[in-house]
Amino acid sequence: MPRLTRILSFIAAFVLLAGICAGAFALLDYHWNWAQAASYWRLFLDGWLTTVGISALAIPFSCLIGMLLALARRAPIMPLRDAVQIFVELTRGTPLLVQLFIYWYAFGEKLSSDLRLIAGALTLSFFEGAYISEIFRAGIEGVGASQLETARSLGFSRVQTYRYVIFPLALRQSLPPLAGQFASIIKDSSLLSVLGIAEFSLAATQTNSITYTTFEIYLPVALGYLILTLPISLWTQRLEQRARFET
Amino acid sequence: MRLDLRHLNKSYDANRVIDDMTVDFGELRSLALIGPSGGGKSTLLRIIAGLVAPDSGDIALNGEQLRFNEPALRAHRRQLGVVFQAYNLFPHLSALTNITLPLEKVHGLAPAAAAELARETLRRFALADHAHKKPAELSGGQKQRVAIARAIAIKPRLLLFDEPTSALDPEMTAEVLDVIEELKNEGRDFLLVTHEMGFARHVADRVAFLAQGRIIEHAPAEELFANPQSQECRDFLARILRH
Repeated sequence: MPRLTRILSFIAAFVLLAGICAGAFALLDYHWNWAQAASYWRLFLDGWLTTVGISALAIPFSCLIGMLLALARRAPIMPLRDAVQIFVELTRGTPLLVQLFIYWYAFGEKLSSDLRLIAGALTLSFFEGAYISEIFRAGIEGVGASQLETARSLGFSRVQTYRYVIFPLALRQSLPPLAGQFASIIKDSSLLSVLGIAEFSLAATQTNSITYTTFEIYLPVALGYLILTLPISLWTQRLEQRARFET
Repeated sequence: MRLDLRHLNKSYDANRVIDDMTVDFGELRSLALIGPSGGGKSTLLRIIAGLVAPDSGDIALNGEQLRFNEPALRAHRRQLGVVFQAYNLFPHLSALTNITLPLEKVHGLAPAAAAELARETLRRFALADHAHKKPAELSGGQKQRVAIARAIAIKPRLLLFDEPTSALDPEMTAEVLDVIEELKNEGRDFLLVTHEMGFARHVADRVAFLAQGRIIEHAPAEELFANPQSQECRDFLARILRH
């Protein structure tokens, strides 16, 4: 499709949705009061930066945990495989909010506030790591038997086979869903607000309890999350296109 | 090469693919395995390649008994070049890297030496222009020639071809068969599983006919095709050469 058509279509869709939203707000007869919400900008910025920090911790941690779990799922020790499967099922079968409270009252409560942030990010990482392990597992299992046979026929050791064949191929397969999971990590980090960790959503809740300017607070907050997640989602689309290209 | 099989057995579940196979081929340069699908050709090739362990029996290559433990098998596989039906190039690596990776990681060549050797091999097969292409950008014939280049770059003691042209159209088949013939003229030892009867006859010193997990008969190529001894082989050749 020509580029211009695409851009015009996009603008038309954007204007349409914006119009619907504007109309809905007009019907609400809402009195906008941006000035009051804006006076708390510092709190918002700190919160946003904390969310960025939590995500910056949780994304690599959850990848590491996911990778270790995925490898353990393939380990030759059966009880280890079972233990990982039980952990993954329990983690994926319960809400993050519930897990946060359980982990928190077990470990987090006694920590100083800096450590609380790290403990919160770690808890989030274990939750997301369970999902990521499944993404990696699917990627590893998707590597064809013929590739493994070839690696063996060339005289590769098990470690070399993982290093040069399985990991690169599995990662290629895993990248699009992995990038999507990264966006989830950023959004899910908002739940850490229930633990009193002063991230972006908590800043919003706190401000709102003072100003009662809900829209003026949560619309910018939504925007603040989008700034982080939209680039990831665009990146995901590109990765998916490229993956299609290669196969 | 010398290939000596004794009471070789291999089953998959209840299916006996290699059935008490005993044969001493003696000294030979090139051996073609022919026979109906499911007759055990590819399994035998995989056992010789050290990729599949037999359930029982012995196999000796050039007088050396194959030991089916992983370290010994790895050492064995390093000395062989295997070319598969589906090319089996690594899709994430360029043609060049497909060749250099085993040279560097398995055979311990320095990256520069490995790259030089790989380029030289690609040049030989008229693939120099494709060195940096990924397998997806190559035609079937080109892929298979890269796979052959990868197999011979390691200077194997023996080349094993597992139906190397089955996935190719006639033109590309010719392209790959030319390469194999050239390797034969160079005096390389190889074992070939094939459905190309004309080619087997032309390129192999000796042809073995396998069916139902047994070597029914084996003879010098001309002899086997001109005068097959067993009823099974006669039927097989009649079926396949009818068209």
